[in-house]
Amino acid sequence: MDDRIADVWGRRTPYRGGGHWPVREDSHLADGVDPRRVQWVPSACVLCSNGCGCDIAVLDGRMVGVRGRVRDRVNHGRLGPKGLYGSWQAQSSPDRLTVPLLRQGGRLVETDWDTAMDRIAAVSRALLDDKGPLSHGFYTSGQLFLEEYYTLAVIGKAGLGTPHMDGNTRLCTATSAAALKESFGCDGQPGSYTDVDHADAIFLYGHNVAETQTVLWSRILDRIEGPDRPRIVCVDPRRTAVAQAADLHLPVRPGTNLALLNAIVHELIAADLIDHDYVRDHTSGFAQLRDTVASYGADNVAELCGVPADDIRRAAHLFGTTGRVLSTVLQGFYQSHQATAASCQVNNLHLLRGMLGRPGCGVLQMNGQPTAENTRECGADGDLPGFRNWADEEHIAQLAKLWNVDPLVIPHWSPPTHAMQIFRYAEQGSIRLLWISGTNPAVSLPDLARIRAVLGDEKLFVIVSDCFLTETAQLADVVLPAAMWGEKTGTFTNTDRSVHLSLKAVDPPGQARSDLDAFCEYARRMDLRDRDGAPLIGWSDPEGAFAAWRECSRGRPCDYTGLSYQRLRHGPVQWPCNDEHPDGQERLYGDGVFPTALGRCEEFGHDLLTGAAVTPEQYRALRIDGRARLRAADYVPGEHTTTEEHPLLLTTGRTAYHFHTRTKTARAPELNRAAPRPWVEVSAADARRLDLREGDTVRVESATGHVDLPVRVTDARPGTVFIPFHYGYWDTDSTEPRAANELTATAWDPVSKQPHFKLAAVRLTLLARGDQSAPPGGDAAIGV
Amino acid sequence: MHLPVYLGLLDSGEQALADSFDLVAEGHGDEPDVRQLCRTLAAQCRERVAALRPVLDRYGEKPAAEPERLHAEALPAARTGAVGLLRDLQDLVLLATLVDSSWTVVCQAAQGLRDRELLAVVCQAQPQVSNQLAWLTTRIKSAAPQALLAAA
Repeated sequence: MDDRIADVWGRRTPYRGGGHWPVREDSHLADGVDPRRVQWVPSACVLCSNGCGCDIAVLDGRMVGVRGRVRDRVNHGRLGPKGLYGSWQAQSSPDRLTVPLLRQGGRLVETDWDTAMDRIAAVSRALLDDKGPLSHGFYTSGQLFLEEYYTLAVIGKAGLGTPHMDGNTRLCTATSAAALKESFGCDGQPGSYTDVDHADAIFLYGHNVAETQTVLWSRILDRIEGPDRPRIVCVDPRRTAVAQAADLHLPVRPGTNLALLNAIVHELIAADLIDHDYVRDHTSGFAQLRDTVASYGADNVAELCGVPADDIRRAAHLFGTTGRVLSTVLQGFYQSHQATAASCQVNNLHLLRGMLGRPGCGVLQMNGQPTAENTRECGADGDLPGFRNWADEEHIAQLAKLWNVDPLVIPHWSPPTHAMQIFRYAEQGSIRLLWISGTNPAVSLPDLARIRAVLGDEKLFVIVSDCFLTETAQLADVVLPAAMWGEKTGTFTNTDRSVHLSLKAVDPPGQARSDLDAFCEYARRMDLRDRDGAPLIGWSDPEGAFAAWRECSRGRPCDYTGLSYQRLRHGPVQWPCNDEHPDGQERLYGDGVFPTALGRCEEFGHDLLTGAAVTPEQYRALRIDGRARLRAADYVPGEHTTTEEHPLLLTTGRTAYHFHTRTKTARAPELNRAAPRPWVEVSAADARRLDLREGDTVRVESATGHVDLPVRVTDARPGTVFIPFHYGYWDTDSTEPRAANELTATAWDPVSKQPHFKLAAVRLTLLARGDQSAPPGGDAAIGV
Repeated sequence: MHLPVYLGLLDSGEQALADSFDLVAEGHGDEPDVRQLCRTLAAQCRERVAALRPVLDRYGEKPAAEPERLHAEALPAARTGAVGLLRDLQDLVLLATLVDSSWTVVCQAAQGLRDRELLAVVCQAQPQVSNQLAWLTTRIKSAAPQALLAAA
């Protein structure tokens, strides 16, 4: 059995471009378990956005291990450290929530479901009567299943009629969706993971795939070590494992992504490395793009971006002259300044070369979470179900007919409220009930002191559904014990549109129930009904919810009508899966036709600088008619600039051994041992200047707060420091602040509304000398 | 010729709009998007003022001759709360609309004069002002229901 802690990416299985990625079955069983006695239950891993197919090992009603599915198109049998160790061990953790909790006299006390749901329904009913649906907010996750999101979306949008629904997908994947909508008219990943098998070059933009999707990086490494190595270009201020493997590393200064990308686009156009026929036939907006980027010559932005001009030109040339290019984008762009505009420029590069929808020629606007795609497509976040357009009355009419409700019940006067605005309304007291499912905002949102104050305010009724008493659950008025992965059945869809069925392997502990059960129970107690008096939620189990969703998706780009649980038992299928594509569609837009036509598009678009909405009349006048849109914006300096008082820029992010706020991963001993405590990474140059050594404890201070952490010295670009965002407070006795988000500020991208987690100005002060050894946990980041 | 009067009006209107964006940014600092975008848009207004400078120098301003009623007044102070934000954004719409309309007037005169330099300045400015109005409208639309129906 491999040690996936020491060897994060596992044994190499090199292969040639155009070849089949060799299988490698990874598995891990608890000590002493006899594999012959184990029953295997099909599922897929939910500890990153990759969605690796796996089987859960079950023995005597408990999960005892996991193995990768060698026939799964996503992972060919592999699992990363989180999948191997983290996915199943948290299930039997002794501190699982097993009974509902109710706040009484300031304390959370044990109760039963009936009492807890009575209380929720009573508060909800009273607020609806007194204040109306705008008093209700729902903040969900990228961790639940499709069936749960869709049920929640129908309750919120057709039952209560509140626009205040979002997911923590706002923190991880909102820009992915926004950039896809702006460029192609609708959400939906153009590319496929198999593009790695064919690409001649892979460009990774702010995407530390070596840690965020370790199995996808294994696939790339196997190409790198194969006989016809693809060129690798990495845009990242840190010297990540990806950067070290790259042929070209552009260590961009945080906050200047758009300037850099405008320059790459400009150099591509200036060198005339574009496909003029494709641009003419399949895109709109070329002249405006060309004019906008005209002043962004490599020499003009080199100093601003902190990247040599020759390297910018090399990147453009490599992009323009290599046969097949795959681009991937993640949080380095999504959680930074001008996120949507910068991510759209990646789409532009592919449009300018007509490189979409063919093997090896893909864009992967990555997701950060395993089920984020479903949060988006089901409309449990700031979207409408089936990628419908809130400003298109015909789309609203479709939903109203499907749900048999008055179209006016469905809030569509504006886009649904984004998470940061939901918390602002809660802070101001106009949202009075907030239902948080499967996420931990008390650690994951910016400016935690403020978030704790909002959640702790007694005027706000907070419902939290989770498997553990998280930092957020501790502030709740009602806590619902949730069934976790492996304890319930449902489907979910990964970054490249692969839909997996994850079966229930074991019973949830105690009184824990799925979020689907909780939502259905709420709808029943609130007596939510359609126009004819029938129950609005006409299902009570996962398969019923899936069937309802399938109808909702009919005819839309995310068409599930060809899918069923029966079908998915044999393995994942990519959507759209319908009469036209009975086996699913591997890549989108190979025909150069985009879902931008009126009646088809999910959105009319925005001004990328301000987020001003394009009106339906303006959109009609543009006559996009199935062409993609080349979107452009000027770089403008952000608010985050360093000062004399705060001279360094903080970026935060994921690391290989943990996921999110460690609710599961810290309960896997292997993962917790690998990275038990947070740290701060300081560049060698800054460490020298500040006389800091590895292991020293420093205070990191921003305008919003401070944390005290041990130092790790790295090759990051000088002026940039990094803190992993996983660590909160539930497993520490110390009262010292340590969560990265004590330092981040409340600010977001004007289009995607994704918060800026990678842009806090900070200063470092030495608190105590250490033993000159690096704190554990960051080894994968430095390529050991 | 009354063009200099209108150029002066445009100049003072843009200044008033810039000052008002700054005031709203400051007064509603707890709304991060309002703070950030109003600052960005104030900077745009000042860039337009700077772009207008060579033209003003050429035609000469005639502030003394301006009829008092044509003056655009900047917002005196930011209001507070959700409804206050709505009203401040509406005031910005009024100011930006006056600026927008003034650019239209100047654009027409520039065409009559065949003044290519002025036309170039106008062509830069007009889409930007429309966009500022579009943002204000977008923000007002999303804020209005909560402010009017649910705010404490």
